[in-house]
Amino acid sequence: MKLKLTCKEAGRLISEGLDRKLSLPQRAALRLHLAICDACTRINAQFRFLRRAASFYPGPERDDGGS
Amino acid sequence: MTEDLERHRPVLLRFAMLQLRNRAQAEDAVQEALIAAIQGAKNFAGKSSVRTWLVGILKHKIVDHIRRSRREEPLDLPDAETSLEDFDVLYREDGHYASMPAEWGDPEAALSQRKFFETLERCLEGLPKNAARVFMLREVMGMETAEICKELAITATNCWVLLYRARMSLRACLEKRWFAIGA
Repeated sequence: MKLKLTCKEAGRLISEGLDRKLSLPQRAALRLHLAICDACTRINAQFRFLRRAASFYPGPERDDGGS
Repeated sequence: MTEDLERHRPVLLRFAMLQLRNRAQAEDAVQEALIAAIQGAKNFAGKSSVRTWLVGILKHKIVDHIRRSRREEPLDLPDAETSLEDFDVLYREDGHYASMPAEWGDPEAALSQRKFFETLERCLEGLPKNAARVFMLREVMGMETAEICKELAITATNCWVLLYRARMSLRACLEKRWFAIGA
């Protein structure tokens, strides 16, 4: 695993990191990339938010208790 | 009690449809869940809302359906869903994003809004079938990736690619339909 990632590679690793434990070199490369890349930092936060949002689906109920 | 449960049928049906993408199967799963709920009504502890309890039962019924239909016919997984070539347009030649992902501000606020979840539903409906299914199993049902691969009989790599596809597509869809319009 090379140390310098493109955003494309970083995006996949951010996603995979939510589904499996990344290897040590992968984690190091990703951390390095996130430290200098605003775009991927946003992607990282947004993927995590998607997880939260999905866990709340179907979302708040109506006040009348209907749905 | 039956009437009380019946009221939740539409939301349960939407939930099942997102996952199964098949009206007849979704209706079956909901029916089975409602019957199980009526039979098990005395087990409802009232610790959660009725709807949360019903959705919990429905999740099991959906997994049963996926298991059953996979035995009848193997998952149809077209190459277009597992290749990520169509994502190339998102990046410039140097590997950076062609357009910067937007700042979402405080997305947490969306979680208390019903409209946000309706938008999320529209976005999930827009995903290719397998990506939607794997994403729902992983993030809505909370299954482990290994379990999902086994149930759907797909490789771990395909599972990760489908999840990545789903996440990238959903973030783009939510950005366009929710966060960009300052909802």
